[in-house]
Amino acid sequence: MNPVLLHSMLLVFAASVVGSFGAVFLKFGSATVGRSLTTFVNRNLILGVTLYLGSSVFYALGLKGGQVSVLYPMVSLGYIWTMVWSRIFFKETFNRQKLVGLGLVLLGVVFVGLGSS
Amino acid sequence: MGSPATVSTPQDDTARRRRSILLVFCCTVFGAAAQIFMKVGMERFTFSLPALLTNLPLIVGYALYGVNTLLLVVALRDGELSMLYPIIALTYVWVTLLSYTLLHEPPNPYKNIGIATIVIGVAVLGRGGRK
Repeated sequence: MNPVLLHSMLLVFAASVVGSFGAVFLKFGSATVGRSLTTFVNRNLILGVTLYLGSSVFYALGLKGGQVSVLYPMVSLGYIWTMVWSRIFFKETFNRQKLVGLGLVLLGVVFVGLGSS
Repeated sequence: MGSPATVSTPQDDTARRRRSILLVFCCTVFGAAAQIFMKVGMERFTFSLPALLTNLPLIVGYALYGVNTLLLVVALRDGELSMLYPIIALTYVWVTLLSYTLLHEPPNPYKNIGIATIVIGVAVLGRGGRK
């Protein structure tokens, strides 16, 4: 495999992992959120937003290498990690609709990626 | 007397779940609008402070991302992460449709199949979250 693509794939892979933890911390931080905007300033939300911004930097660097058709679908790996973390950290259950829905979303993103190359 | 009872009935749960899905739905619309503004803003991007401060599309794009994040957090408070998070993929649908209409990109069959599949997937997810 050409080294530029491999490098981009690693960056986008990192972006998907970092972004999925961003979602986890947004969920943790959301628990104490109320009507006032100041309730949005808490450690978990700041960490979540920071991880999101970090993931978008990895993503942008990765996409500079081109090959959107390969890289675009890889971003959606983040949906899989998030599903796993939500089970581990928040004890959410898996059911058939969630898995089928996720599968269709992933397939859809793959097609959008194919069309974007 | 005293404080009102805070027992959550199944109806409350359903209403809250619906509202969190609706919020994430709004998120995806804002997120798509943000991406289009960023794309327009980046086309005239230069590394100078005056240029950045007068780059209205870029500023609007960032502001929309901010609103987007607030809405997502409120949605996550009341809903399941595993159900709500994949719904964000609807952003791809709006971005594709907006690129066709506003940025005059030529329609692409793969993209069309992709966004149709995402819509079906999100519909299935929306029915799946419970308990």
